[in-house]
Amino acid sequence: MRTLTFAQAIEEALAQAMAADERIIIIGEDVHMLRVNLFARFGKKRVLAAPISEAAFVGAGVTAAMAGMRPVVEIMLVDFVGVAMDALLNHAAKTDMFSGGRWQVPMVIRAACGGGYGDGGQHEQSLWGWLAHIPGLSVVVPSTPADAGRLMLAALDHDGPVIFLEHKLLSDYWLEYMGRGGRTTVQFDVPAIGAKGPVPQTWRSLPLGVATLRREGGDLTIATVGVSVYRALQAALVLEKQGYTSDVLDLRSVWPLDKKALWDSVEKTGRLLVVDEDYQNFGLSGELAATVLEANLPVKYSRVCTAGTLPYRRELEEATLPNVERIVDSARRLMAAQ
Amino acid sequence: MTDNQPDLWILYRRMLTARLFEEAVGKLWQQGRISGEMHLGTGEEAIAAGVVDHLTDNDALALDHRGTAPYLLFGGDPVKLLREFLGHPKGLCRGMGGHMHLFDPDKLTASSGIVGAAGPAAAGFALAAKHLRPDNIAVAIFGEGAMNQGALMESMNLAAAWRLPALFVCKDSQWAITTLSATVTGGALTDRAKGLGLKTFAANGSDVEAVWRAAGSAVNRVRGRSKPAFLYLTCSHLEGHFLGDALLKIARHPGKEMKEIAGPLIKSVTRIKGAGLSKRAASLSMVTNLIGKTTREQIFKPHDPIKIVRKKLKKRPTRLEVLETEVTQEINKVVAEALA
Repeated sequence: MRTLTFAQAIEEALAQAMAADERIIIIGEDVHMLRVNLFARFGKKRVLAAPISEAAFVGAGVTAAMAGMRPVVEIMLVDFVGVAMDALLNHAAKTDMFSGGRWQVPMVIRAACGGGYGDGGQHEQSLWGWLAHIPGLSVVVPSTPADAGRLMLAALDHDGPVIFLEHKLLSDYWLEYMGRGGRTTVQFDVPAIGAKGPVPQTWRSLPLGVATLRREGGDLTIATVGVSVYRALQAALVLEKQGYTSDVLDLRSVWPLDKKALWDSVEKTGRLLVVDEDYQNFGLSGELAATVLEANLPVKYSRVCTAGTLPYRRELEEATLPNVERIVDSARRLMAAQ
Repeated sequence: MTDNQPDLWILYRRMLTARLFEEAVGKLWQQGRISGEMHLGTGEEAIAAGVVDHLTDNDALALDHRGTAPYLLFGGDPVKLLREFLGHPKGLCRGMGGHMHLFDPDKLTASSGIVGAAGPAAAGFALAAKHLRPDNIAVAIFGEGAMNQGALMESMNLAAAWRLPALFVCKDSQWAITTLSATVTGGALTDRAKGLGLKTFAANGSDVEAVWRAAGSAVNRVRGRSKPAFLYLTCSHLEGHFLGDALLKIARHPGKEMKEIAGPLIKSVTRIKGAGLSKRAASLSMVTNLIGKTTREQIFKPHDPIKIVRKKLKKRPTRLEVLETEVTQEINKVVAEALA
């Protein structure tokens, strides 16, 4: 099987889709350089560099999609979605409902997300829970190159707005821009198999809302998404040496949420530990707890999330983000709970 | 400083202080002691020095991601500032903010990494000044790329409508990261400000004398009169958008960088489905032109404000040497203290 980097996988899938469907266009700041290969092949009419005007070009993406295009609108870092929030919150997410189901917004919002490279709390957020909170928005967070390419196709196929988030520790070029900058003097905890891994020969879409078990065990369910999948897998190895085996459930999309996969695993283990790089309060971790409780499943629950604003200072940042040590600690407490 | 004549020696000392400080920051970043991105303001020193010289205590500064030089020259503590970049507990913001998020309540200075955010920030600082400190003003400093952000345009309107003592300083480097701003901007920026009812001023932002005069007129317009103004200044970034800038890397190491880029690029551009040949050629030629422009700017560096002002002071070489030695020693001391 051939292997590609996370970024190459997305680009290949996008190129395949763009070659097959002329309605797909890319809009965003610096896309002539960020997507230089697609820019060179498809030309500036389909890879359209935008001014730093997220409110305008995300808003324009919404109606371009309504009028027949399939835009992939890039906002660089998901943190910058704040500037364009109205277009998503009050327009992209509402059109289907407001039109009585007669008008859809087939738009992909592509953004880099996540921390772990010391860039401060305004460039390293995750925000998928905040976005998935809004009815009408789908949010995908792939953790492998194969999933990234396949979920990009799924996002393009979907008839509603989909937020496609690529973690900067997985996307080599983002980490180069934002963290390394050509230096050999800095190190990052990059999950190797997430940054580069096996991919299919030809790309086919993976349905939105299908989780996958990255590891199987019987004592504990660790449900997570993105880079935290790898932190959870490492923690599961440590826990296994201590006598506990874990299901590690990679949700792959935050919304639609694969409730059945969650229920099946928790029914088996009776314990749920949510590892979420996004903010702790009012987010994915609480939602998963509610999902399990609403199904009347008996469960012991804990979570390891990002509790507050990410500090710039590296050692504090590392402690604030979910890490293996915190996951293991939390899991052991969960196992000990009566 | 007198009312009409800038003291070039003082301005040069400040510009050199900012330059050497930021060069030291660049070295520490290269050594991996500063994490994340680093947006140096080298090339903007004439703007920082020429504008800030007209500010007084209790004026407010709203800065962007490139706020080091203005904050430093506004009286920011250089050791605390450098420690902030190093993520030190004794940094300006206890190491919590980093270089894009400088906050100093004592100097009414706040910065943001969100492009255009300096506009609303200055409007609010100016509103507070109008209530609490009627002799004071607020200054927003931002790049020309930010001029396309709605919030910044809205802030200029707000300042005009509410008669806020706010000065909007636009630094035009022509580049919004790797995008030539002219290709994504309609109309002239000063026309926009005029259209919103602001009096506009302009100068060559690489010439500190010109900046100082234009900034003086603009500040006079704003201070005590509750009328916002717009100051348009050209400049160039000697280190690109940020350290490790993609175009700059290619311009400086064309062999190495092009080797990595060329393979996938050629593979992509020769695939069967896609745009017609002429459109593909146009795309390639645009990328080549961007690299070419970056390379020329790197070779000639015609807008280095330090060189421009230094030329004017060269007739007194001894005084110049003493000044430069002193500033170098001061910055060395700052670095040593911050690292201690």
